[in-house]
Amino acid sequence: MKPQKIAIAVDDLTVAYNYKPVLWDIDLAIPEGVLMAIVGPNGAGKSTLIKSILGIIDPIAGSVAIYGKPYDKQRKLVGYVPQKGSVDWDFPTTALDVVMMGTYGSLGWIKRPGKKERKTALESLEKVGMLAFKDRQISQLSGGQQQRVFLARALAQDAAIYFMDEPFQGVDATTEIAIINILKELRKAGKTVVVVHHDLQTVPEYFDWVTFLNVKKIATGPVKEIFNDDNLTKTYGINYKVSIQQ
Amino acid sequence: MRTITLGTAILGSICGMLGSFAVLRKQSLLGDAISHAALPGIAIAFLITGTKETNVLLIGALISGLLGAFWIRGITKRTHLKSDTALGLILSIFFGFGMLLLTYIQKQPNANQSGLDKFLFGQAATLLSRDVWFMASVTFVCLCVLLLFWKEFKILLFDADYAKTLGFNTKFIDILITSFIVLAIVLGLQTVGVVLMSAMLLAPAAAARQWTNSLGVMVVLAAIFGATSGVLGTAISASQNNLSTGPVIVLVAAVFVIFSFIFSPSRGLLFRQIRFIQNRKDLELHKTLAFMFEIAQDHENISHPHAVKILNNFHGFTRKTLGKLEAKEYISVKGQMWSMTPKGYHFAANLYNQQTNEDE
Ligand SMILES: Nc1ncnc2c1ncn2[C@@H]1O[C@H](COP(=O)(O)OP(=O)(O)OP(=O)(O)O)[C@@H](O)[C@H]1O
Ligand SMILES: [Mg+2]
Repeated sequence: MKPQKIAIAVDDLTVAYNYKPVLWDIDLAIPEGVLMAIVGPNGAGKSTLIKSILGIIDPIAGSVAIYGKPYDKQRKLVGYVPQKGSVDWDFPTTALDVVMMGTYGSLGWIKRPGKKERKTALESLEKVGMLAFKDRQISQLSGGQQQRVFLARALAQDAAIYFMDEPFQGVDATTEIAIINILKELRKAGKTVVVVHHDLQTVPEYFDWVTFLNVKKIATGPVKEIFNDDNLTKTYGINYKVSIQQ
Repeated sequence: MRTITLGTAILGSICGMLGSFAVLRKQSLLGDAISHAALPGIAIAFLITGTKETNVLLIGALISGLLGAFWIRGITKRTHLKSDTALGLILSIFFGFGMLLLTYIQKQPNANQSGLDKFLFGQAATLLSRDVWFMASVTFVCLCVLLLFWKEFKILLFDADYAKTLGFNTKFIDILITSFIVLAIVLGLQTVGVVLMSAMLLAPAAAARQWTNSLGVMVVLAAIFGATSGVLGTAISASQNNLSTGPVIVLVAAVFVIFSFIFSPSRGLLFRQIRFIQNRKDLELHKTLAFMFEIAQDHENISHPHAVKILNNFHGFTRKTLGKLEAKEYISVKGQMWSMTPKGYHFAANLYNQQTNEDE
């Protein structure tokens, strides 16, 4: 394999909410330009891993580097799609307004979004096929549409690295294909995309890199090399048999 | 009288604005906890200074209100207590302690505590014009901060974690909002009192939420509702000699809430019911039209007349349906025959694509 630039480096990361660690001594080196799945059972710490990389949760130990520098200095390079259930969708605002929030980071404090930000937001909505819904109150969107709005918000950030927490949660087959095509576009443009994913069947089809996680890191690497029954069994604790269609 | 009206109007508007944030953060109880937490501060300020000067007592209220608010924050952050537990805890501890101090002060031989219990239920009549001036300046400052940090407030309210990843100091924004809520509550203590203060904060915001789907409009509406409650409440209590102002203002605000919950066009109970009935009627009409469409489709000429009789077998069909469809020019009826118009044909053909069409 040709040597690649490391986009995300996680070093000895340990996180605990109470006394028991939820993540234990995680090391990761994610090369630039991969589309990576994080898989693991419920409660494995997948969301926690993303949140601690993004500085939403403070780890007990360990460090994170984005392109060799601490996350704080590299924020503008990083986009985030949270788990859909993490916000109140009855909040009084429209789809366009939510997507516009993606531009707030580059605006910084106090400055208001203007024409340029609005254009960015509209383009992002268009990319996810939601332009027609721009003025909809967000509670009047279906679950899959809300998911796409979140994706559009991250696209509006125009980042180099994206973290997405279950972007396929509760979306139909058509939307799933639409989303994965967007992710593949991002990869083609040289971006690094990290996705928490639950559907093991589609991992080989969608992703080229994978991390198995269950409190500890079980394995990480190219899907072709490490996506096998052995690692799946280690991660999920039961005998797993997925036929890898490649 | 003019002073009091102005004072309650200003109070109503600042409470409405900040109450919107409390409501949207699902921190409705916070206002209640903070206002109760302010009571011991008033008592202690009196015990230390021996004065009944409102400003001095309110500084005491501010300090203990802030203390209460940030303890609640600390408790929910550091322990695994739910926020309502923390709120309840702080509310009862502070209020209990405050009441204890009030009784103690009452027992003191030299002190006349009658000036203090006005903070329990409020006494608008004691508002002086310099109190009103003070309220107005605080409201002005609050408005400026609101406009300045609008974008930051909005993103914190909607998605705090995301705001953090964008590099915003969410702790700072949070502290800013909470401090202003405490300030608004303390301002209202003299007028509305500890017990009813949270209603003053929540009612205008809850009412405003019913009328709009935009945060900006909601905040403005809440301010208007709050101010109107203040003005009307003061007027009503002045016309009925012995009604105290605070509770009347709160009642007026409550009327706003009830009215809004029933009559709001998009979320109100009344219109929801009307819309439900309307939808059901439309659906029946559309079903009949779809049935006719199928019949008409079998002929080359879509406007070929058919007997009304064949519709009789169709479930839910009445003469009235026919009349309505004719009124909409979807069909034309001649004697016992009906035929589809091009307009009706087109409409029926796109009946089930409609949802996507309407999204433009
Ligand atoms: N705020 C919190 N406070 C305490 N414990 C938490 C908190 N959030 C998560 N946990 C615990 O941490 C562990 C990991 O949670 P996390 O949300 O990261 O799992 P996950 O892998 O994303 O699961 P899922 O597939 O269900 O989304 C779980 O055992 C969970 O109970
Ligand atoms: Mg999760």
